[in-house]
Amino acid sequence: MSTLAIDKAGPSRKVKYGSMSRDRAWALRWSYFFLVLFAIFFLTPPVYMLITSLKSSAEISAATNPWWVFHPTLSNYVELLTSNQFLRFFWNSSIVSLAVVLVTMLISVPAAFALARMKFWGSTTLATGVFLTYLIPDSLLFIPLFKMLALVQDYTGITLLNRWYVLLFIYPTLTVPFCTWIMIGYFASIPKELDEAALIDGASWLQTLTRIFIPVALPGLIAATIFAFTVSWAQFLYPLVFTTSVDQLVLPVGITTTLIKGDVFNWGQIMTGALLGAAPPLIIYAFLMDYYIAGLTAGATKG
Amino acid sequence: MADAVVEQGPTVRAARARKSTSLRNALGRKSTVAFFLTLPLILLIALLVLYPAVYSVHLATLNKSMQKFVGFGNFLFLFKRDTFWMVVKQSCIFAVTAVFFKALIGFIVAHFVHNIPAKGQRKWRGMLLVPWVIPPAMSTLAWLWLFDPSYSAFNYTLSFFGIGPINWLGDNLWARFSVILVNIWYGAPFFMIMYLAALKSVPDQLYEAAAIDGANWWQKIWYVTLPMMRNIIAITALFSLIVTFANFDIVRILTSGGPLDQTHIFATWAFKVGIEGSDIPLGASVSLFMVPILAIAAIFILRDVSKRGNEA
Repeated sequence: MSTLAIDKAGPSRKVKYGSMSRDRAWALRWSYFFLVLFAIFFLTPPVYMLITSLKSSAEISAATNPWWVFHPTLSNYVELLTSNQFLRFFWNSSIVSLAVVLVTMLISVPAAFALARMKFWGSTTLATGVFLTYLIPDSLLFIPLFKMLALVQDYTGITLLNRWYVLLFIYPTLTVPFCTWIMIGYFASIPKELDEAALIDGASWLQTLTRIFIPVALPGLIAATIFAFTVSWAQFLYPLVFTTSVDQLVLPVGITTTLIKGDVFNWGQIMTGALLGAAPPLIIYAFLMDYYIAGLTAGATKG
Repeated sequence: MADAVVEQGPTVRAARARKSTSLRNALGRKSTVAFFLTLPLILLIALLVLYPAVYSVHLATLNKSMQKFVGFGNFLFLFKRDTFWMVVKQSCIFAVTAVFFKALIGFIVAHFVHNIPAKGQRKWRGMLLVPWVIPPAMSTLAWLWLFDPSYSAFNYTLSFFGIGPINWLGDNLWARFSVILVNIWYGAPFFMIMYLAALKSVPDQLYEAAAIDGANWWQKIWYVTLPMMRNIIAITALFSLIVTFANFDIVRILTSGGPLDQTHIFATWAFKVGIEGSDIPLGASVSLFMVPILAIAAIFILRDVSKRGNEA
């Protein structure tokens, strides 16, 4: 035992230190190697979208190397961005998403404030209920909702099916629970002294919310807004079920139903449409990545 | 606000205060304010989530024309159909396989990102999260094109290795593989982000202590990282299980359930039966079969989340 200790304390110590840093260097190299592999796997579809969107139909059907553009052209972009139909999809998607963000914030911020700060009868149950609602998927509700909308239409004569504005009522069911949940987390992390001070200064509850809570929890608010926008922008099942006329469609459904005509796949245009449809969330993500990730991890870590 | 009150003078203010005292008291009371603040939320959840959920149970007990009560008739009908059992099997295979590989890939990638110098981590994290940011309907179109049998980029690349053209979406097994692959591609970055956040919260001292005790990298993962991350791994996996089990976009766009209904999962089959086949009660019955698994996952998530809340 003692000989071993002496061995270790001897000159071999320096060598050991060197080997450790060599191990570290190799671990780093392997990390980069695998990261590059995974990055290729993760980025192939979006890059392939871009490659195909720059090709003409002739080049696509000529079956040349699919990974390279030999005659880059912007004709697909020009065609789509001058097509009234595509612009209509884009417009519908923008209006729906922005309005849903507004509705979501108006509902979830006051509710989160009440649930985080004003302990009232049933407030904990309601907070748990909100979280559970978030776990109910759209694919469970689309059939009863479809039938409900048809019934409302029969009884009141208000046309709801096949109108884009019906999505304004339906999308908040997907966005409000999660936004409320993460806002509760953000509001609860604000020190109690802050709103007590405001109350002593004579602020009403609403003033406390607008003057203290919203400014202090602004990062959370931005994260919730981004979440609401991306969810509404990406939603596919509800618009597929509730809207059918071409002028009522939002982007994801519009691209999949109108650009794919029977067996004829105009891949150049489909990829261009898909890329343009993916652009708004990607741009938001590029500029507000930290808020995006904060919103993503908040659901489970801020509970 | 305060200025206006001062201008009114004491007498006016007192008179006005007397008149509306009871109303103002009621409005100013905490519980009343709280009620009005949460009212829109309660209405939304009650009308557009809870009511449809209950209504779908009611729908499931009607016949196709929705005029006659048939009790469990729809369920008994489903139990007799081979397609239904195929959908059950495929949904379970799809969800379990996809979640397992998402968690595995997410864990591995999170480790590699955590391993590199902090300066570059942001860049890599940003790049690797892209699949999660693109709307799944859009990225699945790209996959559909990658899988295209005649002009497919995959088959073109594989032909250099002498691997014959694969009928990605036309062959039973390959179609099942493809929908799972796309789901893993879409969901793994979410796991990566969650695990990366969890890895950052493991104190360095624990690894140092383990290193002093002579632990190798595998023992460090098994005895330090995994126990510290257990909670977040469980929550993320259960959450993903719900989302994957209820998935619609990817299967719908990639295969529409084909070939021969082999890749249908609950959501897509419910859509096919209920909306395309206009048998709403049968569609509702199909989608109700998701409830048990969703409920079990939800109970476990709730337990973990509240446990986390108590620890904090």
